[in-house]
Amino acid sequence: MHGRGGQGAVLAATILASALVEEGMCAVAVPSFGFERRGAPVAAFVRTDSKEIRQMTNIYRPDCILCLDPTVGHTVNIFEGVRAGGTLVQTTNKPLADLLLPPAIATVGLCDAVTIALAIFRRPITNTIMLGALAKTTGLVSLAALRAALEASEFRDAGLAQNLTALQRGFDETVVQHLDKADRAA
Amino acid sequence: MSAVIQPRKAQYVVCDGNEAAALAVALARVDMVAVYPITPQSSLVEYLAKFVADGKLAAELVDVEGEHSVLSVLQGAALAGARTYTATCGPGLAFMFEPYIRTPGLRLPLVMSIVTRDTLSPQSVWGGHQDAMSVREAGWIQMYCESVQEVLDTVVMAYRIAEDHNVMLPVNVCHDGNYLSYGSTRIELPAQDAVDTFLGTPDVNWHAALDPLRPMAIDPLTGGAGGVGPALFVGYRKGQCAGMHNALEAITATHQEWGRITGRQHAPLIEEYRMDGAEFAILTLGSMTGAGKDAIDEARTRGLAVGLVKVKTYRPFPVAALAAALNDVKAIGVVDRSVDFGWNCGPLYRDTLSALHHVAAPIRSQSFIGGLAGADITVEDFGRVIETTSALVRGAGGATIWINDKDRAPA
Repeated sequence: MHGRGGQGAVLAATILASALVEEGMCAVAVPSFGFERRGAPVAAFVRTDSKEIRQMTNIYRPDCILCLDPTVGHTVNIFEGVRAGGTLVQTTNKPLADLLLPPAIATVGLCDAVTIALAIFRRPITNTIMLGALAKTTGLVSLAALRAALEASEFRDAGLAQNLTALQRGFDETVVQHLDKADRAA
Repeated sequence: MSAVIQPRKAQYVVCDGNEAAALAVALARVDMVAVYPITPQSSLVEYLAKFVADGKLAAELVDVEGEHSVLSVLQGAALAGARTYTATCGPGLAFMFEPYIRTPGLRLPLVMSIVTRDTLSPQSVWGGHQDAMSVREAGWIQMYCESVQEVLDTVVMAYRIAEDHNVMLPVNVCHDGNYLSYGSTRIELPAQDAVDTFLGTPDVNWHAALDPLRPMAIDPLTGGAGGVGPALFVGYRKGQCAGMHNALEAITATHQEWGRITGRQHAPLIEEYRMDGAEFAILTLGSMTGAGKDAIDEARTRGLAVGLVKVKTYRPFPVAALAAALNDVKAIGVVDRSVDFGWNCGPLYRDTLSALHHVAAPIRSQSFIGGLAGADITVEDFGRVIETTSALVRGAGGATIWINDKDRAPA
């Protein structure tokens, strides 16, 4: 999970882990860390499995990349180590053809989360929107479980309502595309 | 997340190690908490402040001006009969050193989490065991946690161990900054009444008290070369050592009782993982252990006769348990997350070599140091530790191997 300080990548990782647990899976969320600076690149890692997860480590070979920010990929190679047949869920207002993707990426979910966030929060906080986008793109976690995890979190009242809307709009407004081998070679 | 402790039933919550420690403090019905925030401990004391504000923790929280005052406040509180808690790390622990080193001699059963952080300089705000290791001979009991669940369980258990009348010593519950302080996973939150029965009513100042109804002088002047000074001083020191020794039994009994009521059997002193028929072993401390166990499973699949020993209780050092566990292996690789500067190896490595003096046959050994200042020790890193230690069975060990010395941030 890649983002910038202030977009809520760390919180999103915890909420995703809670939602996965809600669905009976085991999950571990480990945020990477640094000095707390708004705008600086931030990463967080989520592992999920049907059996107990023992390793408390970062992830170097991700199956799926969730990117909360449209430009952090210019600073950090978000595709580092991605496995063949991998998935990208990306915040962007650009069409798929404008993105530079490595051949390992087989599925892409695109969501203009910044525009949605500005409409809902008046700030570019994209984390809960992109959790909706992740659910739509991967089916890894249900919208109902994410909703339950948000309701159990520290969000309250108007803030909770906004984030539930954000989650739903992220899910509804994400366009999922499967790349065939020819696309990926091109 | 916003977990609510239930009076009569256990439940599952998802939280990080810092919140788990704070939840344990609430479950232990601590009377007095003194705090000063420092990375990566800060969110822990923020949770405590929130729990007090929300009425989840009926403690008096004192927000003091620095760590020296934190522990001084808690010494007074314990002498007045309170169950007490704080947490710190790194530079905060350094600033706390004067009251820290007095606490065991006062025989006060304080519980303090060290959210372990590497020491300065060079500047760093990230995890490592160097802070806790730097105070390992101050007379506190020190236990290291592997998982978020073990953080919660061990903070609760720490009160029973510290307050045991045969122990009466302060306890550090160490959990790794970053990987455990911020790593989130599902844990079971025990029911309040189970913890109430387990811990009982605090009885912490039966031996020394600040109490107007039974006035006494605390911390008498002792020592020197004449009068009763030397005998008194030596008597107190021997008492401290006896308390430390008794702690081995108290820690074991407490873990057994906790296992009986919760179903979770954490190894009290050391945990032996796949040591049956092991020709060689690796040793670990703290949150690195999970990746170590995964690497052991992979190595066993490849036919290597390797096991793992996790040291949970570091002070008092479990000499007999460790010597028994390693009695039949030919080689060991010890992974430390800190440095013993005097010996140019890891501190657990050096302590383990001392314990091996009690083993009949010589055992070949290798010190590995990794995970400094937040560096990651991965399953692949443990794979290399296992390969190197495997070769040791038929050859001599070498100089300390630094696991992360070539790691760079990805381009």
